[in-house]
Amino acid sequence: MRKLPWLGLLVVVVCLAAWEAAARSRPDLAVHFPPASAVLRALGGIVWSGDLLAHALASLRRFAEGYVLASVLAVGAGLVLGLSRRLHTLVEPLIELLRPMPSVAIIPVAILFLGIGDQMKIAVTVYACSWPILLNTIDGVRSVDRVLVATAATFRLSPWQRFWKVMLPAASPQIVTGLRVSLAIALVLVTTSEMVVSNDGLGYYVLDLQRSFQMAEMYAAVVALGLIGYGLNRLFVVLDGRVMGWYHGATRREEIP
Amino acid sequence: MLEVRGLRKEFQPLSGPPVAALGDVSFRVEAGQFVSVVGPSGCGKSTLLQCLAGLLRPTAGQVLFEGREVTGPPEGLILVFQEYNRSLMAWRTVLGNVRFALEGRGASRSAMDAEARRYLELVGLGGFERHRPWELSGGMQQRVAIARALARQPNVLLMDEPFGSLDALTRIELEDTLLGLWRTLRTTILFVTHDIEEAVYLSDRVHVLSRRPALVIEDVEVTLERPRHQLTTREDPRFIKHRHRIFELISREMT
Repeated sequence: MRKLPWLGLLVVVVCLAAWEAAARSRPDLAVHFPPASAVLRALGGIVWSGDLLAHALASLRRFAEGYVLASVLAVGAGLVLGLSRRLHTLVEPLIELLRPMPSVAIIPVAILFLGIGDQMKIAVTVYACSWPILLNTIDGVRSVDRVLVATAATFRLSPWQRFWKVMLPAASPQIVTGLRVSLAIALVLVTTSEMVVSNDGLGYYVLDLQRSFQMAEMYAAVVALGLIGYGLNRLFVVLDGRVMGWYHGATRREEIP
Repeated sequence: MLEVRGLRKEFQPLSGPPVAALGDVSFRVEAGQFVSVVGPSGCGKSTLLQCLAGLLRPTAGQVLFEGREVTGPPEGLILVFQEYNRSLMAWRTVLGNVRFALEGRGASRSAMDAEARRYLELVGLGGFERHRPWELSGGMQQRVAIARALARQPNVLLMDEPFGSLDALTRIELEDTLLGLWRTLRTTILFVTHDIEEAVYLSDRVHVLSRRPALVIEDVEVTLERPRHQLTTREDPRFIKHRHRIFELISREMT
């Protein structure tokens, strides 16, 4: 069990205190810049009223659908491209052209083709999340140690066995790295697409609160978004520790000879 | 058992003419023998083993294993690598790594585990079944790799400088473990090393390779009785004579 990072938490508390003090010193700006205490009170309010939960659930559902779909598609495609040099050479230029484009730029295009509903939001989330997963999976498969591949050969594994018993597990640490990067990206795309066009979800909620001048509540919703992102990441780290324990153990060993 | 006829292997560099690692290598390994191959570093010893194991196609010549030409990894022949830490599967336990050799042949999980356990006992790793390879020392990891190879019950075991990255004392321990296993299991072993003393200590015959493109310059028959002993064998005048002869051959290749 990791010890709590007390000093790090202290820095957070100091920042909150600074926010509180700064906001209190300029009561004339209170409409746009409420003190931390007011935001916390507002957070309690939107939790209590059930508004936050309803919007959070809408966002989390889109997040889950998009993220799971992207994981399945991109890991699958990445494995195929990682194993087939010929296919990879064929699509590599396409990947290199599409990847640097900011993913949010496809929201208008997606609206044209998929409308303004959930389909569009999930589609843009899948699109954006796929890149890190795809590239990491390709790289993971391609960089499997050649001694390990030769071991599979000397034990006469069939291509199918080699894939399941050697390539996939050996590539899994890098696949997981891709999945972790995409976790944050999924949240960005869900929130952004909800801000562009939606009638529920946290992105919509933040923008709606701002437009109706409920500033403390708006800040509270932003804080809630941050906490949700943090929570998802923690959940991922816990699962990662369970499933990939062998990898963390093996690499830790290498660091301390 | 294993026969190499006029083996030649060339590699094509990015530019320029092909480079020959093996020139014209021929030798035989009889069933039950312990044969070593020594040569100056970079002479193509590993390339030779990769060709024997069916992992590389030779440019010319052929490898015959039990009378059949080797065109891919044959059944009954397992290669053990120097890089045990890269050859073992970090995601499997020690037992799981040995079980790997037994999987896919219809045996039940409990039968495979019992068999794997037996081989771990043989290499002296009883009690470490549930460890991960990376929790063990280098020598113990190579023992796991040897147990995995032996569990497959190969007729020929190819070993590519298996003790090359171990410290001197661990190496001595593993040499004796290997000789013990070879005696009980009657496996034929072809052992590649750059350590002349190790080759003489372990083997019935030592094939000495030239610098690249390699060919066998001498086939030394080691006339030392078994079981061998780290002190008395190494102090035997015949041991010193063999060492002297092979050293001369190799140092001539290095100048």
